[in-house]
Amino acid sequence: MQVLMAFITGLIFGLGLILSGMTDPSKVIGFLDITGAWNPSLLFVMGGAVLIAAIAFRFAKTRPKALLGDTMRLPTARQIDKRLILGGLTFGVGWGLSGYCPGPALASLAIGGSKPLIFVVAMLVGMAIFEIHDSRSRAHKCKAV
Amino acid sequence: MTIDWANFTPWSSLAGGIVIGLATAMFLLFNGRIAGISGILGGLLQPIKKGDIGWRVAFITGLIFSPIAFSVGAPLPEVQIDAGAASLIMAGLLVGIGTRYGSGCTSGHGVCGLSRLSPRSMVATALFILAGFVTVFITRHLIG
Repeated sequence: MQVLMAFITGLIFGLGLILSGMTDPSKVIGFLDITGAWNPSLLFVMGGAVLIAAIAFRFAKTRPKALLGDTMRLPTARQIDKRLILGGLTFGVGWGLSGYCPGPALASLAIGGSKPLIFVVAMLVGMAIFEIHDSRSRAHKCKAV
Repeated sequence: MTIDWANFTPWSSLAGGIVIGLATAMFLLFNGRIAGISGILGGLLQPIKKGDIGWRVAFITGLIFSPIAFSVGAPLPEVQIDAGAASLIMAGLLVGIGTRYGSGCTSGHGVCGLSRLSPRSMVATALFILAGFVTVFITRHLIG
Protein backbone atom coordinates (compact mmCIF):
# COMPACT_ATOMS: atom_id res chain seq x y z
CA MET A 1 0.00 0.00 0.00
CA GLN A 2 2.82 2.38 0.92
CA VAL A 3 4.52 1.55 -2.37
CA LEU A 4 1.36 2.19 -4.39
CA MET A 5 0.85 5.51 -2.60
CA ALA A 6 4.48 6.45 -3.32
CA PHE A 7 3.87 5.79 -7.02
CA ILE A 8 0.67 7.88 -7.04
CA THR A 9 2.26 10.80 -5.20
CA GLY A 10 5.34 10.67 -7.46
CA LEU A 11 3.00 10.81 -10.45
CA ILE A 12 1.00 13.76 -9.07
CA PHE A 13 4.20 15.54 -8.07
CA GLY A 14 5.43 15.21 -11.66
CA LEU A 15 2.13 16.48 -13.09
CA GLY A 16 2.52 19.55 -10.87
CA LEU A 17 6.09 20.09 -12.06
CA ILE A 18 5.01 19.94 -15.72
CA LEU A 19 1.97 22.21 -15.23
CA SER A 20 4.03 24.73 -13.26
CA GLY A 21 6.70 25.15 -15.96
CA MET A 22 9.52 23.72 -13.83
CA THR A 23 10.35 21.16 -16.52
CA ASP A 24 11.25 24.00 -18.90
CA PRO A 25 14.90 24.89 -18.18
CA SER A 26 14.59 28.21 -20.05
CA LYS A 27 11.86 29.28 -17.61
CA VAL A 28 13.96 28.28 -14.60
CA ILE A 29 16.95 30.19 -15.96
CA GLY A 30 14.58 33.11 -16.65
CA PHE A 31 13.81 33.14 -12.92
CA LEU A 32 17.50 33.04 -12.04
CA ASP A 33 18.33 35.81 -14.53
CA ILE A 34 17.61 38.55 -12.03
CA THR A 35 19.77 41.15 -13.78
CA GLY A 36 18.28 40.46 -17.22
CA ALA A 37 14.70 39.78 -18.36
CA TRP A 38 13.43 38.29 -15.10
CA ASN A 39 10.63 35.71 -15.06
CA PRO A 40 8.99 35.61 -11.61
CA SER A 41 6.83 32.53 -12.41
CA LEU A 42 8.81 30.28 -10.07
CA LEU A 43 7.80 32.39 -7.09
CA PHE A 44 4.20 31.38 -7.83
CA VAL A 45 5.17 27.70 -8.03
CA MET A 46 6.92 27.90 -4.68
CA GLY A 47 4.14 29.99 -3.13
CA GLY A 48 1.41 27.55 -4.20
CA ALA A 49 3.36 24.50 -3.05
CA VAL A 50 4.40 25.98 0.30
CA LEU A 51 0.86 27.19 1.02
CA ILE A 52 -0.59 23.68 0.74
CA ALA A 53 2.36 21.82 2.25
CA ALA A 54 2.47 24.15 5.28
CA ILE A 55 -1.08 23.12 6.23
CA ALA A 56 -0.10 19.44 5.94
CA PHE A 57 3.02 19.92 8.09
CA ARG A 58 1.03 21.67 10.83
CA PHE A 59 -1.33 18.72 10.90
CA ALA A 60 1.50 16.14 10.71
CA LYS A 61 3.27 17.60 13.73
CA THR A 62 0.34 16.62 15.94
CA ARG A 63 0.31 12.99 14.79
CA PRO A 64 2.84 10.32 15.79
CA LYS A 65 1.84 8.03 12.92
CA ALA A 66 1.04 8.45 9.21
CA LEU A 67 -2.34 7.32 7.84
CA LEU A 68 -0.88 4.10 6.41
CA GLY A 69 0.64 3.19 9.77
CA ASP A 70 4.28 4.22 9.42
CA THR A 71 6.07 6.45 11.88
CA MET A 72 5.89 10.13 10.96
CA ARG A 73 9.44 10.89 9.84
CA LEU A 74 10.08 14.61 10.17
CA PRO A 75 13.63 15.93 9.79
CA THR A 76 15.46 16.44 13.08
CA ALA A 77 18.74 18.07 11.95
CA ARG A 78 19.02 21.65 13.15
CA GLN A 79 22.62 22.75 12.73
CA ILE A 80 23.59 25.14 9.96
CA ASP A 81 27.00 23.71 9.12
CA LYS A 82 29.60 23.68 6.36
CA ARG A 83 27.90 20.77 4.60
CA LEU A 84 24.59 22.60 4.31
CA ILE A 85 26.19 25.82 3.08
CA LEU A 86 28.64 24.30 0.58
CA GLY A 87 26.07 21.75 -0.60
CA GLY A 88 23.46 24.44 -1.20
CA LEU A 89 25.90 26.64 -3.11
CA THR A 90 27.18 23.72 -5.22
CA PHE A 91 23.65 22.69 -6.12
CA GLY A 92 22.78 26.28 -7.04
CA VAL A 93 25.66 26.53 -9.51
CA GLY A 94 24.53 23.32 -11.25
CA TRP A 95 20.93 24.53 -11.24
CA GLY A 96 21.94 27.83 -12.84
CA LEU A 97 24.13 26.14 -15.48
CA SER A 98 21.40 23.81 -16.70
CA GLY A 99 18.02 25.02 -15.46
CA TYR A 100 17.42 21.53 -14.05
CA CYS A 101 16.96 20.44 -10.47
CA PRO A 102 16.42 16.74 -9.62
CA GLY A 103 12.60 16.49 -9.80
CA PRO A 104 12.01 18.23 -13.14
CA ALA A 105 14.96 16.39 -14.71
CA LEU A 106 13.40 13.03 -13.78
CA ALA A 107 9.99 14.23 -14.98
CA SER A 108 11.57 15.12 -18.36
CA LEU A 109 13.31 11.78 -18.94
CA ALA A 110 10.48 10.06 -20.78
CA ILE A 111 9.85 12.85 -23.28
CA GLY A 112 12.83 15.18 -23.46
CA GLY A 113 15.27 13.27 -25.66
CA SER A 114 18.96 12.98 -24.83
CA LYS A 115 19.53 16.22 -22.87
CA PRO A 116 17.66 15.37 -19.65
CA LEU A 117 19.12 11.85 -19.86
CA ILE A 118 22.68 13.23 -19.95
CA PHE A 119 21.88 15.44 -16.96
CA VAL A 120 20.28 12.62 -14.94
CA VAL A 121 23.17 10.21 -15.58
CA ALA A 122 25.68 12.88 -14.50
CA MET A 123 23.53 13.65 -11.44
CA LEU A 124 23.51 9.96 -10.44
CA VAL A 125 27.30 9.88 -10.85
CA GLY A 126 27.52 12.97 -8.63
CA MET A 127 25.32 11.33 -5.99
CA ALA A 128 27.45 8.18 -6.15
CA ILE A 129 30.64 10.23 -5.74
CA PHE A 130 29.08 11.74 -2.62
CA GLU A 131 28.16 8.31 -1.22
CA ILE A 132 31.66 6.90 -1.76
CA HIS A 133 33.32 9.98 -0.28
CA ASP A 134 30.87 10.11 2.62
CA SER A 135 31.19 6.45 3.60
CA ARG A 136 35.00 6.77 3.48
CA SER A 137 35.05 9.85 5.69
CA ARG A 138 32.65 8.16 8.12
CA ALA A 139 34.88 5.06 8.28
CA HIS A 140 37.85 7.34 8.86
CA LYS A 141 36.04 9.09 11.71
CA CYS A 142 35.18 5.75 13.36
CA LYS A 143 38.83 4.72 13.25
CA ALA A 144 39.90 8.03 14.75
CA VAL A 145 37.49 7.52 17.66
CA MET B 1 16.14 44.29 -14.29
CA THR B 2 13.06 44.06 -16.50
CA ILE B 3 10.19 41.60 -16.21
CA ASP B 4 9.95 38.98 -18.94
CA TRP B 5 6.18 39.39 -19.41
CA ALA B 6 6.08 37.20 -22.54
CA ASN B 7 7.08 34.09 -20.59
CA PHE B 8 5.44 35.01 -17.28
CA THR B 9 2.82 32.37 -16.41
CA PRO B 10 1.49 33.19 -12.92
CA TRP B 11 -1.69 31.11 -13.10
CA SER B 12 -0.35 27.84 -14.48
CA SER B 13 2.68 28.16 -12.21
CA LEU B 14 0.48 28.75 -9.18
CA ALA B 15 -1.78 25.84 -10.15
CA GLY B 16 1.25 23.58 -10.70
CA GLY B 17 2.66 24.69 -7.36
CA ILE B 18 -0.61 23.78 -5.64
CA VAL B 19 -0.50 20.32 -7.25
CA ILE B 20 3.12 19.90 -6.05
CA GLY B 21 1.95 20.97 -2.59
CA LEU B 22 -0.88 18.42 -2.69
CA ALA B 23 1.52 15.60 -3.61
CA THR B 24 3.85 16.71 -0.81
CA ALA B 25 0.93 16.76 1.65
CA MET B 26 -0.29 13.31 0.56
CA PHE B 27 3.14 11.76 0.89
CA LEU B 28 3.58 13.28 4.32
CA LEU B 29 0.17 12.34 5.69
CA PHE B 30 -0.15 8.85 4.15
CA ASN B 31 3.49 7.68 4.14
CA GLY B 32 4.92 9.91 6.85
CA ARG B 33 7.78 10.98 4.63
CA ILE B 34 9.28 14.13 3.15
CA ALA B 35 8.87 14.41 -0.63
CA GLY B 36 12.46 15.47 -1.25
CA ILE B 37 13.50 14.21 -4.65
CA SER B 38 17.27 14.23 -4.18
CA GLY B 39 16.92 12.33 -0.89
CA ILE B 40 14.52 9.76 -2.34
CA LEU B 41 16.80 9.15 -5.34
CA GLY B 42 20.09 9.33 -3.44
CA GLY B 43 18.85 6.81 -0.86
CA LEU B 44 18.87 4.21 -3.64
CA LEU B 45 22.64 4.54 -3.89
CA GLN B 46 23.20 3.72 -0.22
CA PRO B 47 23.80 0.24 1.21
CA ILE B 48 20.54 -1.74 1.01
CA LYS B 49 18.20 -1.44 3.97
CA LYS B 50 15.26 -3.82 4.06
CA GLY B 51 11.93 -2.19 3.18
CA ASP B 52 13.62 0.98 2.02
CA ILE B 53 13.84 0.33 -1.71
CA GLY B 54 10.26 -0.25 -2.93
CA TRP B 55 8.73 3.10 -2.04
CA ARG B 56 11.73 4.99 -3.43
CA VAL B 57 11.59 3.16 -6.77
CA ALA B 58 7.80 3.62 -6.87
CA PHE B 59 7.98 7.39 -6.28
CA ILE B 60 10.70 7.87 -8.91
CA THR B 61 8.78 5.67 -11.37
CA GLY B 62 5.67 7.79 -10.83
CA LEU B 63 7.70 10.92 -11.48
CA ILE B 64 9.18 9.47 -14.68
CA PHE B 65 5.72 8.41 -15.90
CA SER B 66 4.14 11.80 -15.20
CA PRO B 67 4.70 13.35 -18.65
CA ILE B 68 3.01 10.34 -20.27
CA ALA B 69 0.01 10.75 -17.94
CA PHE B 70 -0.01 14.52 -18.56
CA SER B 71 -0.07 14.07 -22.34
CA VAL B 72 -3.25 11.99 -22.08
CA GLY B 73 -5.17 15.00 -20.74
CA ALA B 74 -3.42 17.96 -22.34
CA PRO B 75 -0.59 18.74 -24.74
CA LEU B 76 2.79 18.89 -22.99
CA PRO B 77 4.16 22.43 -22.68
CA GLU B 78 7.03 23.40 -24.95
CA VAL B 79 10.43 23.30 -23.31
CA GLN B 80 13.72 24.86 -24.34
CA ILE B 81 17.06 23.47 -23.17
CA ASP B 82 19.87 25.86 -24.01
CA ALA B 83 22.68 24.02 -22.21
CA GLY B 84 24.95 21.83 -24.33
CA ALA B 85 26.16 18.34 -23.40
CA ALA B 86 29.28 19.57 -21.57
CA SER B 87 27.29 22.03 -19.44
CA LEU B 88 24.67 19.38 -18.71
CA ILE B 89 27.31 16.91 -17.51
CA MET B 90 28.98 19.56 -15.34
CA ALA B 91 25.60 20.71 -14.00
CA GLY B 92 24.44 17.16 -13.30
CA LEU B 93 27.59 16.39 -11.31
CA LEU B 94 27.25 19.60 -9.27
CA VAL B 95 23.54 19.03 -8.62
CA GLY B 96 24.17 15.39 -7.62
CA ILE B 97 27.02 16.19 -5.22
CA GLY B 98 25.53 19.44 -3.90
CA THR B 99 22.04 18.16 -3.14
CA ARG B 100 23.36 15.13 -1.25
CA TYR B 101 26.06 17.06 0.60
CA GLY B 102 23.55 19.79 1.52
CA SER B 103 20.79 17.24 2.32
CA GLY B 104 18.20 18.56 -0.09
CA CYS B 105 17.11 20.30 -3.26
CA THR B 106 14.26 22.52 -4.43
CA SER B 107 11.65 20.07 -3.12
CA GLY B 108 13.17 18.98 0.20
CA HIS B 109 14.53 22.35 1.32
CA GLY B 110 12.58 24.70 -0.97
CA VAL B 111 9.06 23.30 -0.53
CA CYS B 112 9.07 21.00 2.52
CA GLY B 113 11.64 22.93 4.55
CA LEU B 114 10.12 26.36 3.98
CA SER B 115 6.67 24.93 4.80
CA ARG B 116 8.01 23.72 8.15
CA LEU B 117 9.77 27.07 8.73
CA SER B 118 13.04 25.16 9.15
CA PRO B 119 15.95 27.61 9.58
CA ARG B 120 18.30 25.07 7.92
CA SER B 121 16.13 24.91 4.83
CA MET B 122 15.69 28.68 4.68
CA VAL B 123 19.49 29.06 4.63
CA ALA B 124 19.92 26.29 2.03
CA THR B 125 17.17 27.70 -0.20
CA ALA B 126 18.54 31.24 -0.01
CA LEU B 127 22.02 29.94 -0.89
CA PHE B 128 21.07 27.79 -3.86
CA ILE B 129 18.94 30.57 -5.32
CA LEU B 130 21.78 33.04 -4.74
CA ALA B 131 24.31 30.68 -6.38
CA GLY B 132 21.85 30.29 -9.27
CA PHE B 133 21.57 34.09 -9.67
CA VAL B 134 25.35 34.46 -9.73
CA THR B 135 25.83 31.53 -12.14
CA VAL B 136 23.26 32.84 -14.63
CA PHE B 137 24.70 36.36 -14.36
CA ILE B 138 28.16 35.00 -15.22
CA THR B 139 27.11 32.62 -17.99
CA ARG B 140 24.55 34.92 -19.58
CA HIS B 141 25.89 38.42 -19.08
CA LEU B 142 29.63 38.21 -18.43
CA ILE B 143 30.77 35.45 -20.80
CA GLY B 144 27.52 34.68 -22.70
